[in-house]
Amino acid sequence: MVKQDKVQYRDFPDADGHFGPYGGKFVSETLMSALEELAISYDHLRHDADFIAEFDQDLARYVGRPSPLYFAERWTKSIGGAQIYLKREDLNHTGSHKINNTIGQALLAKYAGKTRVIAETGAGQHGVATATVAARLGMECQVFMGAEDVQRQALNVYRMKLLGADVVPVESGSKTLKDAMNEAMRDWVTNVDSTFYIIGTVAGPHPYPLLVRDFQAIIGREAKWQCLEQTRQMPHALVACVGGGSNAIGLFHPFLSDDNVAMYGVEAAGDGLATGRHAAPLNCGQSGVLHGNRTYLIQDHDGQIMPTHSVSAGLDYPGVGPEHAWLKDLGRVNYVSATDSEALAAFRELTQIEGIMPALESSHALAYAAKLASTMKSDEIVIVNLSGRGDKDIHTVAALDHIEI
Amino acid sequence: MGRINTQLDTLKADGRKALVPYIVCGDPHISITVPMMHALVASGADMIELGVPFSDPMAEGPTIQLAHERALRQGTSLRDTLAVVKEFRQSDNKTPVVLMGYINPIEAMGYQEFSRQAMAAGVDGLLPVDIPPEEAGPLIDALKTADINLIFLLSPTTTIARAEKICRFGNGFLYYVSFKGVTGADRLDIDSVVEKIDQLRTLTSMPLLVGFGIKDGQSAATVSAVADGVVVGSVLVNRVATLYEKSASDEQIIGEVSRIISEMRSAIDER
Repeated sequence: MVKQDKVQYRDFPDADGHFGPYGGKFVSETLMSALEELAISYDHLRHDADFIAEFDQDLARYVGRPSPLYFAERWTKSIGGAQIYLKREDLNHTGSHKINNTIGQALLAKYAGKTRVIAETGAGQHGVATATVAARLGMECQVFMGAEDVQRQALNVYRMKLLGADVVPVESGSKTLKDAMNEAMRDWVTNVDSTFYIIGTVAGPHPYPLLVRDFQAIIGREAKWQCLEQTRQMPHALVACVGGGSNAIGLFHPFLSDDNVAMYGVEAAGDGLATGRHAAPLNCGQSGVLHGNRTYLIQDHDGQIMPTHSVSAGLDYPGVGPEHAWLKDLGRVNYVSATDSEALAAFRELTQIEGIMPALESSHALAYAAKLASTMKSDEIVIVNLSGRGDKDIHTVAALDHIEI
Repeated sequence: MGRINTQLDTLKADGRKALVPYIVCGDPHISITVPMMHALVASGADMIELGVPFSDPMAEGPTIQLAHERALRQGTSLRDTLAVVKEFRQSDNKTPVVLMGYINPIEAMGYQEFSRQAMAAGVDGLLPVDIPPEEAGPLIDALKTADINLIFLLSPTTTIARAEKICRFGNGFLYYVSFKGVTGADRLDIDSVVEKIDQLRTLTSMPLLVGFGIKDGQSAATVSAVADGVVVGSVLVNRVATLYEKSASDEQIIGEVSRIISEMRSAIDER
C-alpha cells in the first residue's frame, strides 16, 4: 500500500493518461491521432473561460443544477444511526447524473466542429442523455445498446427514438454494455473524421477517464458546500454505486484530499460474489486491458472477458474506470458490494419511506449506505449519491413481482 | 536472423511480394487449423497470420467477430494457439507465423511467460492491435529476449510524427491498415494507399505489408504492386463460415481457402 498523504490526486492521470499502472491508451492505431487531438483540445478548453462559462450556464439553466442535497430524515430514523443525505442527481434533466458529462462532451464536439455523435449505453440513461444534447445541438446521433438491454430497457429505447436518435441493438458477444462499447469503437474507427464518441463513463482510453471525471466532479463540489451550509460540518462518509464509476468519481474526487472523509464504492454483487454471477471487478477481478484502458476486469484465466450479471443494466459491465482501480490499490476508497436482492429491498424502502424512487443502480449504494449508517453515530453524516431515478426500472421490478404492466 | 526477415529478404531479392493469409485459430474447430496452415503454404502463402481468439475483438467486422466466437465456443485459448504453432513447426520450419490478436490474453499469461512459450512453440511475430508503441515498453523488452518481432500498425490517420516513432519501435515488418474501419469492410481506396505507402517509404526501409480490404486477386495484385505484400483475412474467414454452416468437410473447407490463396498468388505473380 502506498502512503496516502503523498498522493496529489489532482495530478492524475499523468500526461499519458496513467493512474499508477492503470489507464493509458490501448486502442488500434487508427484512433490514436483522434485521441491525441482530443487530449490537446481538452487540455486547452478546460482552462478556457468561454468554455467553462458555457458549461456552467448549461448546467444551471438546462440541467437544473445545483441538484439538492436532501436529508432523508424518516429513512435515517428507521435505520437508526448516521444522518443520511441524498445527493439528488435523479432530479437532473433526463433523470440521472449522465447529463453532466454529455453536456460537457457535446460542447467539446461542438468546439471540434463534429456533426455526428455516437454513444454506448447500458441502462439507457447515458443514451438518453446523449440523444438529448444531440437534439439540442442539432447533431446526428447513433446509440449502441446491447440487444439484451434493448429488451429490458424498452422505455429508454423509445425515449431515445423520440429524441431523434438511432438506436442500434448490438447482437454480438454477450449483448450487453461491453458489446455496445465494442460496437461504438468500431463505428468510431470507421467514422473518426466526422464523429465524436461520447463515452458515458470514466473508462475508455485517455483522455476520457479524465474529462468525464472533470465533468462529473460538479457533484462532489456541490455536495461539499451544500453539506457545510446545511450541517456546518464535513460528511464522514460518501457512498456511490460503481459500474464504470462515473457518478462515484464525480462525488468522490473533490473529497479525495479530505482525509477524514471515508468513501465507499458499491459494486453489483448480482446473485452474490460467491456465485460468480455478479459485476464486481474491483472485488473479484484481475488487472487487464479492455476498451482502451488497463483496469480490473472480470476475466477467466485465459484473459477472456467473462459474462457479468446484475439486475441493473447500468452496472452490468466487466470493467471499471482506471482511477477506481488505482484508488482501490491506494486504499483511499473502500470497494464493497450489494446484491440484487439487497438493492431491490433498498429500492422499495426508499420509495415507501421517502417517496423517492431510485434507479436500481443507485439502489446498490442505498443498500450499502443503510448497513454502514447503522454502524455509525447519530451525529455523523453519510452522503449517498442518488445517481438516477427509478422510473426506467419499473418494468424490471414489476416483472420480479410477477405483475404485467 | 528470424524467419520473418529471412522470408521477406528472400522475396525482395527475388522481386516477389508476400502473400499472408489470416485465419483464426480454432475456427471452426481446433483440429482443422494445422492442416489448413500447411495447405495455405502449399498454395502460395509466404507467412501465416494466426488470429488468437478473444471475447471482445474490437477491431474486427462481423465476419471475423463470428470466427472468434466460433473458436471460443470450442474453448480455444492462447495456450491452444501456441500448441497449434508448435505442431505446425514439426513439419514446417521455414514459414513465419505471426500471432494477431488483442493484448489481454497475453497480459493474463504474463509477458515473460508468453515470450518464453511463444519462442518454444516457434512463433516469429506478435501483432496486438490494441497496444500502440506508447504502451508497449514492457512488451517490447519481453519479446526481445525471445527474438519475437513486435509488429506495429500504421493507418491512414497516422501522422508523420507518429509514423516516425512507430518505425523506430517496429521490427520484422510494418502493417499498414488500408482504410479507416474494421476488418472485412469494402472501403479500399488504392490511390490513398499508394500515397501513404510512398510517404512511409521515406521514413523506413522496413518491409510494408498492407491489410484490410484485400478481397480478390485483383485487389491483391494492385496493392502488392506498391507494397511488399498483402494480408488477406475476411474473405478466407467468410468462406470457412459459409462452408461450415453447410456442414462441409474439413477437406472441402481447406480446399476452398487454398483455392482462394492460389488464385491470389497467381494474380500477384503475374502482375
